[in-house]
Amino acid sequence: MVKRGKAWKFGDDVNTDIIISGKYKFSITDLDQLSKHAMEAARLEFAAKVQKGDFVVGGRNFGCGSSREQAPLVLKHLGVAAVIAKTFARIFYRNAINIGLPAVECDWVDKICDGDVLEVDLSKGVVRNISCGESYVVKPLPPQLQLILDEGGLVSYVKKHGKLPW
Amino acid sequence: MGKTISEKIFSRASGKDAYKGDIVIANVDGAMMHDGMAKLVLDAFHEMGGKQLWDPSKVAAVIDHVAPSANEAISVVQKNLREFALKHGVNFFEVGSGVCHQLMIESGLVFPGGLVVGSDSHTCTYGAVGAFATGIGSTEMAAVFLSGKLWFKVPETLKISVEGKLPPMVFPKDVILKIVGTVKADGANYKAIEYCGSTVREMDVEGRLTLSNMAIEMGAKTGLIEPDRKTLAYLRSLGHTAQMGYKSDEDAEYFQKLFLDVSDLEPQVACPDLVDNVKPVSEVEGKEVNQVFLGSCTNGRLSDLRVAAKILRGNKVKRGVRVIVTPASRMVYMQALKEGLIEIFLDAGCAVCNPGCGPCAGGHQGILASGEVCVSTSNRNFKARMGSAESQIFLVSPATAAASAVEGKLTDPRRLLKEA
Repeated sequence: MVKRGKAWKFGDDVNTDIIISGKYKFSITDLDQLSKHAMEAARLEFAAKVQKGDFVVGGRNFGCGSSREQAPLVLKHLGVAAVIAKTFARIFYRNAINIGLPAVECDWVDKICDGDVLEVDLSKGVVRNISCGESYVVKPLPPQLQLILDEGGLVSYVKKHGKLPW
Repeated sequence: MGKTISEKIFSRASGKDAYKGDIVIANVDGAMMHDGMAKLVLDAFHEMGGKQLWDPSKVAAVIDHVAPSANEAISVVQKNLREFALKHGVNFFEVGSGVCHQLMIESGLVFPGGLVVGSDSHTCTYGAVGAFATGIGSTEMAAVFLSGKLWFKVPETLKISVEGKLPPMVFPKDVILKIVGTVKADGANYKAIEYCGSTVREMDVEGRLTLSNMAIEMGAKTGLIEPDRKTLAYLRSLGHTAQMGYKSDEDAEYFQKLFLDVSDLEPQVACPDLVDNVKPVSEVEGKEVNQVFLGSCTNGRLSDLRVAAKILRGNKVKRGVRVIVTPASRMVYMQALKEGLIEIFLDAGCAVCNPGCGPCAGGHQGILASGEVCVSTSNRNFKARMGSAESQIFLVSPATAAASAVEGKLTDPRRLLKEA
């Protein structure tokens, strides 16, 4: 499936407190309310302006820090179609897949500018930058993870298959 | 081919001859969740049709992140967690018991050679006693509750050899800050770290827990230390019949080896807003401080409180500064009481809170206002972690924290040693 949307560009080491701060995580459990504070410490306008289908683009080590699953959850809840980064911190990466948010490793994120229109085709493993006419080949997911992502996450997988993938 | 500690633990836990890069399905020996993630774990567990846990005796539920609860939303989470824990008969740690990671060690749910997962990134702390322990997400934790199993990619290992005798007023926290500053925030991403060398061998287990605790700040999956007689003596002193666990083979393959001599190391500080932004304290001395936090799973243990009390004894906290002391567990608190440490803190003007996470994760007990500066013995100084995005956190050792409390500004603790 090809997804098309706008890039929201962030830097290296975007940590879980930037994505969703503990001060909100420990006082708000409603996802509608919690999501209003997503990425707040980096870009105050993000939660209000991000559109369904947009992409979050980071640099190295995206999602470092805490194991809070609320981090990928708030992004998914706001309609973010995928997070694209040079590298991911491992817990965020697993969490994203497990809740059905594509986490795409791409070596070429430096070429993507804030506001660029992107098309992400995960089945072909390519990110197309419509704004500047470039295409970037991305790393495929390990097959074990692709299975989970294809079903929309681990909970959906279990609901559909009646058992865990392992 | 020889194996690392990680490869041996995953071979045992998966029943396969496991090496780095292999993806294995492994049986876990312990699983921990706390109030900070409980809602998502329990929601996922129930959504996946969970009725019972694979083995409640191997599961721990801890209320520590906002304990006692600071608001109604968290009270509901804690109520559900408490009911779940009691219904299923898991090891349950009520408000006031302490920080989850300290409790996992004290309660014997972690042992050398074990494979333990926790719904918290600092689960890597248990590597200090030779367990492969790592943080996982909430949905995965629910899957572990159902099956007792999880998939893992067997990591490569970064071996960090620390040599030399630590100078006065330089502590395990300074060593790990120096290491994080060198390896950087993603330098060990997806890797296991193995700490070794004469400094680590000489270090008591509490100091080793500080090293392992911060492995995640380099992206590492865990921070292992080969178990030795000290490890077993420590676990036995807590009442557990621990076995020796695993050592890496001489011919094991490492991703990289890092050597560090600490005989001339100065007290270190991680400056805002990243844990790898590390400098000697002497370079940033004088920064005005509003709040000092002594505690957390990094530095809330007895040896930490003893060092801080030694500096605070007979001194007063600087007017205008607040100091929050949070012992890591009830056991630590009671021993500190017996030793007179709590009295020293109170005499000096500190606020001594109940055991738990304290203000570390920004849930309660010391939220920072815009423009405020906190000197903290915890493990993260991310923007907005403890409150306002316009506040700042400096991570230091308990000695530097205590010295800064007395002076009201970021202070090299060796200065007080010279004056004493």
